[in-house]
Amino acid sequence: MLQGWVIVLASFLYLGILFAIAWYADRRADIGRSLIANPVVYALSLGVYCTTWTFYGSVGRAAASGIGFLPIYLGPTLLFALAGFILHKMIRVAKANRITSIADFVASRYGKSQLLGGLVTVIAVVGVIPYIALQLKAVSNSFAILASYPEIIMPATAGAVPLFQDSALYVAMILAAFTILFGTRHLDATERHEGMVAAIAVESVVKLVAFLAVGAFVVWGVHDGVSDIFAQAAAVPEVARRLATADSPAAYGTWGTLVFLSMFASLLLPRQFQIAVVENVDESHLRRAVWMFPLYLFLINLFVLPVALAGMLHFPGGTVDADTFVLTLPMAHQQEALTLLVYIGGLSAATGMVIVETIALSTMVCNDLVMPLLLRLPMLGLAARADLSGLLLEIRRWAIALILGLGYLYFRVAGEAYALVSIGLISFAAVAQFAPVVIGGLFWKGGTRDGALAGLAAGFVLWAYTLLLPSFAKSGWLPDGFIAHGLFGIELLRPQHLFGLTGLDEITHCLVWSLLFNLGAYIGVSLQRVPNVREARQATLFVGGAEAAGAPGWRGSAGVADLLPLAGRFLGLDRAQEAFARHASQRGLKSVTELPADARLVSFAETLLAGAIGSASARVMVASVVKEEPLGIDEVMNILDEASQVRAYTRELEQKSLELTRATAELREANARLRELDRMKDDFISTVTHELRTPLTSIRAFSEMLQEDPKIDLAQRTRFVGIIVSETVRLSRLINQILDLAKLESGRAEWTVAAVDVAEVIHEAAESLTVLFAEKRVTLELEGCEAGLTVLADRDRLMQVMVNLLSNALKFVAADSGHVKVALAALCVPGIPLRGQVTANEVRVSVIDNGPGIQVEDQEVIFDKFHQGAATTDVLTDKPQGTGLGLPISRQIIEYFNGRLWVESTPGAGASFVFTLPRQAGDNGEVPQGDTVPGGGRGHKSPGGNS
Amino acid sequence: MSHRILIVDDEPNIVISLEYLMKKEGFQVAVATDGEAALQQASSFVPDLILLDIMMPRKSGFEVCQALRADPALAAVKIIMLTAKGRETEVAKGLALGADAYITKPFSTRDLVVQIKSLLG
Amino acid sequence: MIRSRLTAQRLAFLFLLGCFFFNYPLLSVFNRGGDFFGLPPLYAWLMGSWLALIAQMAWVVERKEN
Repeated sequence: MLQGWVIVLASFLYLGILFAIAWYADRRADIGRSLIANPVVYALSLGVYCTTWTFYGSVGRAAASGIGFLPIYLGPTLLFALAGFILHKMIRVAKANRITSIADFVASRYGKSQLLGGLVTVIAVVGVIPYIALQLKAVSNSFAILASYPEIIMPATAGAVPLFQDSALYVAMILAAFTILFGTRHLDATERHEGMVAAIAVESVVKLVAFLAVGAFVVWGVHDGVSDIFAQAAAVPEVARRLATADSPAAYGTWGTLVFLSMFASLLLPRQFQIAVVENVDESHLRRAVWMFPLYLFLINLFVLPVALAGMLHFPGGTVDADTFVLTLPMAHQQEALTLLVYIGGLSAATGMVIVETIALSTMVCNDLVMPLLLRLPMLGLAARADLSGLLLEIRRWAIALILGLGYLYFRVAGEAYALVSIGLISFAAVAQFAPVVIGGLFWKGGTRDGALAGLAAGFVLWAYTLLLPSFAKSGWLPDGFIAHGLFGIELLRPQHLFGLTGLDEITHCLVWSLLFNLGAYIGVSLQRVPNVREARQATLFVGGAEAAGAPGWRGSAGVADLLPLAGRFLGLDRAQEAFARHASQRGLKSVTELPADARLVSFAETLLAGAIGSASARVMVASVVKEEPLGIDEVMNILDEASQVRAYTRELEQKSLELTRATAELREANARLRELDRMKDDFISTVTHELRTPLTSIRAFSEMLQEDPKIDLAQRTRFVGIIVSETVRLSRLINQILDLAKLESGRAEWTVAAVDVAEVIHEAAESLTVLFAEKRVTLELEGCEAGLTVLADRDRLMQVMVNLLSNALKFVAADSGHVKVALAALCVPGIPLRGQVTANEVRVSVIDNGPGIQVEDQEVIFDKFHQGAATTDVLTDKPQGTGLGLPISRQIIEYFNGRLWVESTPGAGASFVFTLPRQAGDNGEVPQGDTVPGGGRGHKSPGGNS
Repeated sequence: MSHRILIVDDEPNIVISLEYLMKKEGFQVAVATDGEAALQQASSFVPDLILLDIMMPRKSGFEVCQALRADPALAAVKIIMLTAKGRETEVAKGLALGADAYITKPFSTRDLVVQIKSLLG
Repeated sequence: MIRSRLTAQRLAFLFLLGCFFFNYPLLSVFNRGGDFFGLPPLYAWLMGSWLALIAQMAWVVERKEN
């Protein structure tokens, strides 16, 4: 009844149902009502760990080594006990960075290195191919055995069958087609396949039910319970040996090795990473999986040893391959339905593994191997192509076909030399090479890209040399001389006794050497240098956990206009548009166009792209549109060390408050100065008022008297009018000088600056005062006043100063005996010598009188406004005519031309008003060297001085 | 009987005008051009009224006023302050020191005469 | 999730316990002939302690306080 067509039909029916489940789950996911958002589904889908290796192979292993099949399941149990430390962290990191595969994970961790991603992909593909071959072998064997039902005939070795009669080839092709249908219908940014997960969960149930059914049938249907089997087994010496394991150090070593190996395999196999990390919908599902997945493993292994023992009892002498006991025992008891169920269970174990494994591998091949290469080939012009999503799917389909093709090839080449479990262990040892870089990368910040590359490469080479190549050699596809005698005949290089290490089984032997060199190279090379900026940033994200992932990785910016088309090229424009719209609404914006061009948007686009083409390629693509500001190590340290930011902030605050204090002090000072100025202005105005009112008083008084009394005699009248006129003149002069001073002080005065011959000005001023000097009979002497000394000044202003000083002198000297002398000299003050020789660089003018002199305490006061010399000196009884503004004005003028004006006086011995001005370089006044030398000795009297 | 008036000011032209004005009104007039001279004249000349400028060399009008009021022999002397500074603080200060009136320069000659006559009653 | 540090530590303790249960030298104690309720001692020990460990893990993560 179990004809070939029934089996084929049942197989396709089963695959059809699976596909329908997947399709339905995808539909539900699209409308947002996920079927798989359930912790039980997550735990069941993890059951993809149990392949035909478990379904058929465990019994075979148990038949060969008793309890030795078990460590492969104890390891994952222990790993899930560490879920809180390892898996949980991996899921969080992977979600935060949109990690889509184990290759992506490693590449991303070590600075988004494309090279590293590529290496991991190569190792994963090469390493996992034996494992895929194992599935092909199991399915094709089960088919062949079933096809000859009810007879139990072991299938011929694969190599003996012509290619196109080999059922394994067709199994491979059908699985490839099925996987392509499953996994590459469309491109998803998150690289999650809800339909696939749902189907895998169902498959886990199917294979568990099938195995438990066989177990129950064998234990209670064929035998009288478990004790019965063990009792019977104990009676047969050949079988009884399987009840205990070999009690030797090597056996325990192998046991421990397998526990350790399977622990990592359940995490690092591409399909395990895919299901446990990438397909995880909600990290809280992990909690249920912590115990449910080990429980699943426990249940599926519950009947392994009893079935193996029953098989050995039923088929003594090794005529039937122990790997087929699960199938052949029901066959031997003519249980058609059970046999078919077992076949379907085996099929589900194989398809589950192949689908998830090849989808995970094809994603890696596409994202981490092919796309980086294609994008680098400028002649393809891919970087500029509008829509690459179709190309991505095409690459993945070919990758799936290629991987299954390679699996088939390995099956043809090496499949017959090993039992199922041994083939699987080769793959386990390969993926164990990822353990140092993955686990190390999660907990150690010091790992670098170079270290990861070196470690992986070393481990991979040693794995290939000690495990993969011997598997080829044992199948006869490589000359096996190097196994026995070592490479190049060197004994130390025997691949299964490397460096003379003996006494270990080949798996343990491989792991010892490969992991030793792997770990050594990873750590040793990493320690050659400190991680660079990018590695350090990724290390913080991975080691610090998702909490540290808040800092955006981009420092540049690009707008929606750049990023949307870029994402659209890989995801398809519609999907990209949808994703951007979702991002916009998450940020509380109405439309995509409102998205600001910031680092967050760039990060979003990068993670979106990372889902489609891998993180390393995504980085390159996004970098092509983002003009990223270079990230200095200082800034990175700032990002990493939040405390330093706080410190910097505090320092800034302190500085601000210091500045504020300083500003306050300055303000207070300025305010005080303003008040002082205000008071001075008040005083000035009061003084001005006084000075103006004084002449006005006289003018008014005399005018009124003249007005009221017309009979005043003529002499009196003339005198009064004279006074009025002179007071009016005084008033006008006062007003003029006040205006003049105001102009000088406010800087609004107009200056006509030119070279002025000082002697000329002195002569002119003296001349203008000749009459006044003559009236008072005061002599005026000019000493050394010869042309030639020039200064840069305003001629009229200088004249004003000269006249003021001369009239002051005239005012204070006594009539008749008065004597005024003007002395002109050039002198040298310490300073810059002109033209390399000591040359007089200053012109000095002194106005010397023989008047009463000025008290020492008044010598500075007289330069204050309205301070008349006579006011405080009691030498004069006669109040001098003056405004008290002449000297302040003169000083302003002299200082404007960078000179100085001061008085030297001994009270009672006359006064000497002196001013100096910088001499203009290049005048022709020759002056002898020396400090103070009069310009000439010859005194001469002014024309009016003698009168 | 003619009242005696002491004119104290350091501005010669103002002194001339005041002297002429007072003489014309029939008063006996004496002149001082600074504060100290004013105090001497006050003792020797014993005026009925003093026209006292404030801004003067050696002793200001305020000081003179204070000294005059401190002397009981001169307590009856009327004092009229004359100043070119019109600030209220100075008016108040002068009156507080014992001045009988305060006249701001430039003044109206007629008003001055009226003021003097009313003070001399 | 396994948010509480205490839960993670309890699980880690079970991990260490499991490492001890499932390895030499404890295995050598049970690796002998004879039977234990009709089962070989090693088989009985491994399956029994495995199931007990799984039960412990379930109890740790499913406790109400989580």
